[in-house]
Amino acid sequence: MKQKLWRFPGGLHLAGHKSESTSVPVTKARLPNRLVLPLQQHIGEPAKPLVAPGDRVLKGQMIAAASGYVSVPLHAPTSGTVIEIAEYPIPHPSGLSAPCIVIESDGTDKWCERRPLAHYQTLEPSALRNVLREAGIVGLGGAGFPTFIKLNPGPDRKVDTLILNGAECEPYITCDDMLMRERADEIVAGLAIMRHALQAAHCIIGIEDNKPDACAAIAQALRKVGMIDMRVMQVPTRYPAGGEKQLIQVLTGKEVPSNGLPIHIGIVCHNVATAAAVYRAIMHGEPLIARYVTITSAGTGAGVHAPRNLEVLFGTPMRELIEQCSGALTPGFQTIMGGPMMGFAVHDTAAPVIKTTHCVLVTQQATTAPALPCIRCGACVEACPASLLPQQLYWHARAKEFDKTQDYNLFDCIECGACAAVCPSNIPLVQYYRYAKGEIWTREREKQKADVARQRHEFRLARLAQEKADREARHAEKKAALALKQAQQEEKIH
Amino acid sequence: MSTPSSPYVHTAGSVTTVMLRVIYALLPGIAAYVWFFGWGVAVNIVFAVVVALVCEAGMLALRGRPLKPFLLDGSAAVTAVLLALALPSLAPWWMTLIGTAFAIIIAKQLYGGLGFNPFNPAMIGYVVLLISFPREMTLWLAPEMVSGHSMGETMSTNPIFGHLGGKGWEWINGLFLLGGLWLIYKKVISWHIPVTVLGSLALMAAVYFLIDRDLYASPLFHLFSGAAILGAFFIATDPVTASTTPRGRLYYGAGIGVFTYIIRTWGGYPDGIAFAVLLMNMAAPMIDYYTRPRVFGHKD
Ligand code: SF4
Ligand code: SF4
Repeated sequence: MKQKLWRFPGGLHLAGHKSESTSVPVTKARLPNRLVLPLQQHIGEPAKPLVAPGDRVLKGQMIAAASGYVSVPLHAPTSGTVIEIAEYPIPHPSGLSAPCIVIESDGTDKWCERRPLAHYQTLEPSALRNVLREAGIVGLGGAGFPTFIKLNPGPDRKVDTLILNGAECEPYITCDDMLMRERADEIVAGLAIMRHALQAAHCIIGIEDNKPDACAAIAQALRKVGMIDMRVMQVPTRYPAGGEKQLIQVLTGKEVPSNGLPIHIGIVCHNVATAAAVYRAIMHGEPLIARYVTITSAGTGAGVHAPRNLEVLFGTPMRELIEQCSGALTPGFQTIMGGPMMGFAVHDTAAPVIKTTHCVLVTQQATTAPALPCIRCGACVEACPASLLPQQLYWHARAKEFDKTQDYNLFDCIECGACAAVCPSNIPLVQYYRYAKGEIWTREREKQKADVARQRHEFRLARLAQEKADREARHAEKKAALALKQAQQEEKIH
Repeated sequence: MSTPSSPYVHTAGSVTTVMLRVIYALLPGIAAYVWFFGWGVAVNIVFAVVVALVCEAGMLALRGRPLKPFLLDGSAAVTAVLLALALPSLAPWWMTLIGTAFAIIIAKQLYGGLGFNPFNPAMIGYVVLLISFPREMTLWLAPEMVSGHSMGETMSTNPIFGHLGGKGWEWINGLFLLGGLWLIYKKVISWHIPVTVLGSLALMAAVYFLIDRDLYASPLFHLFSGAAILGAFFIATDPVTASTTPRGRLYYGAGIGVFTYIIRTWGGYPDGIAFAVLLMNMAAPMIDYYTRPRVFGHKD
């Protein structure tokens, strides 16, 4: 059955470089001696520590609790002792440090008690969401948004289609590919659980057509459990086909409205690895403590000699993974977390793998040619999947005309980097967009602060005016009373 | 050490690649030109390129800009080659000098150099020469009547900016056309501008040709008279000064075609391409503003 597909605007054909890391089966990474676990590995509020230095913890034990609605707890990836809670380098573009719980492993990898829920069908969706929240599950596709929130369509919203994103469109990254090949059953079972939580009418698994093995594995898993109403669909390999909005458009022909969410058009989209994590949380009672990570390198020369995917416990330093794959960090190389299109350089390879780390990519430090002025060639326009005019955005961002960048819909930019990749003038376009967005956010925050301050000031003036008026009124009253008294007295005298 | 941010891959060539490809695409046409009309044009081209690079280097130095990246970008050379092709092949050296210098110094560098010039520098250079030395621009070439066309009188026989008529021009134009198609194939230019320039020119010509066959030249004549093909593929497509939105390029190209026909047919100058391009250069920012694509997720 050939299903109709749609097209998203723009996009690029990129060299995939996927076969390098898919030739060997996935193995477990070595258990590290020390695990460094940032309290924030998701979008939202950081988790609050539940343990103190010196505490013994078991594998899977909750060590930090969610704080606030948009937040998830954190669990110990292995058994051992908490040795400190302190600031350590985290994988973040800023290169800053952030509060982390450090665990020294005891080498036994001993689990805490797990409580599987074999009959999830009998659970209310809200109860299911709660279990997933307690298991610390976030989107594993890269953004790290708490999954339980995305499984909550909200009152009076019907979910028409649940899409599992197995496109994995960025070059070099193959962790989802390998997961689909090796754990298709878990993904399909996770999908069924998610579907129950959302009460979705249809389910589609979208996979780029450069992953025939993964596609076949998923199709077979579906057949095995008789899920005939869930479909696998191959989408053409074109970057960024794995972007949420792009995949939705390709599979359903619908556009997620600007400023809106997929749920506003009846669609929810999750990553395949998230589905597998949901399965393990429900059916095995295992919280999210590990994931598949691609360790590979780009370019010639040194780097990673045995590229592959490893199943990695969170908190494992990236450096150890690179070493396990016969890689060495020689001068002139840099480590990128994520793919070459949307990833960022990690300043310190002691930084740990976290929930959103899908790839550790070692590349030669780019000897970038200097940027030339924009020649308005329009190559970026042709590449942009959001149908923006990147050259105009650049022009105005550079001139700090932030209102104009918003006129040109800066906030519809998904920072996919397609424009910069094709720019003959070698302009780091995305850098300008990030900068402009940051400036606009800062200004808005400041304006809000100023508004609050102004409101307070106005309120105070009004209060003072009121007090004065009250005083005057009392004064006038007294005066009037006095005058009346006098008048009465005078009357008496006369 | 600053770490550049993503993306870390760059799939496109550089500005130099783009400009070199434009020059490669012109080479077959130029070779035919030399074959049929002798070395004059080649000498002109080489001289113009040298002048352009010297002017560019001088201006960059005066403006305190780095020399190497901008001299190597190839844009000055492209301007020089196009201007030299627009001049009569026997143009005296000082005309090439003045035109090229004006194009690079005034029309390009004084506006801020690569990427900042609102007008096509080669066409500014050409028009300045045409206005200042109208006699010299047509002096060497005896005006010749094309049978049945009164417009033959207004169109000089300047080989490129005049009309075909002579043997060899089919070849030269045919090879320019081939070069232009190669540029589209290589994605150096998009089809929008050449197709709409030639399409609107042919359409205008067809309408008037049908009205009065004796008074107006045929569409084919218009398409294959010297400047149309070179203009449509190589001059109107100058990215810096053209419209930059996909839809805008359609209007931009159509405008050039229409103005070219009007100036050729009723204007006082031999060919309209240069003026048409400059006129549409002026309109480009406005066209860009009104032809912004519908952004993803914005239903109108
Ligand atoms: S690709 Fe680069 S040079 Fe071309 S229009 Fe876009 S920003 Fe300008
Ligand atoms: S980074 Fe933004 S502007 Fe550039 S191609 Fe992607 S969506 Fe378009």
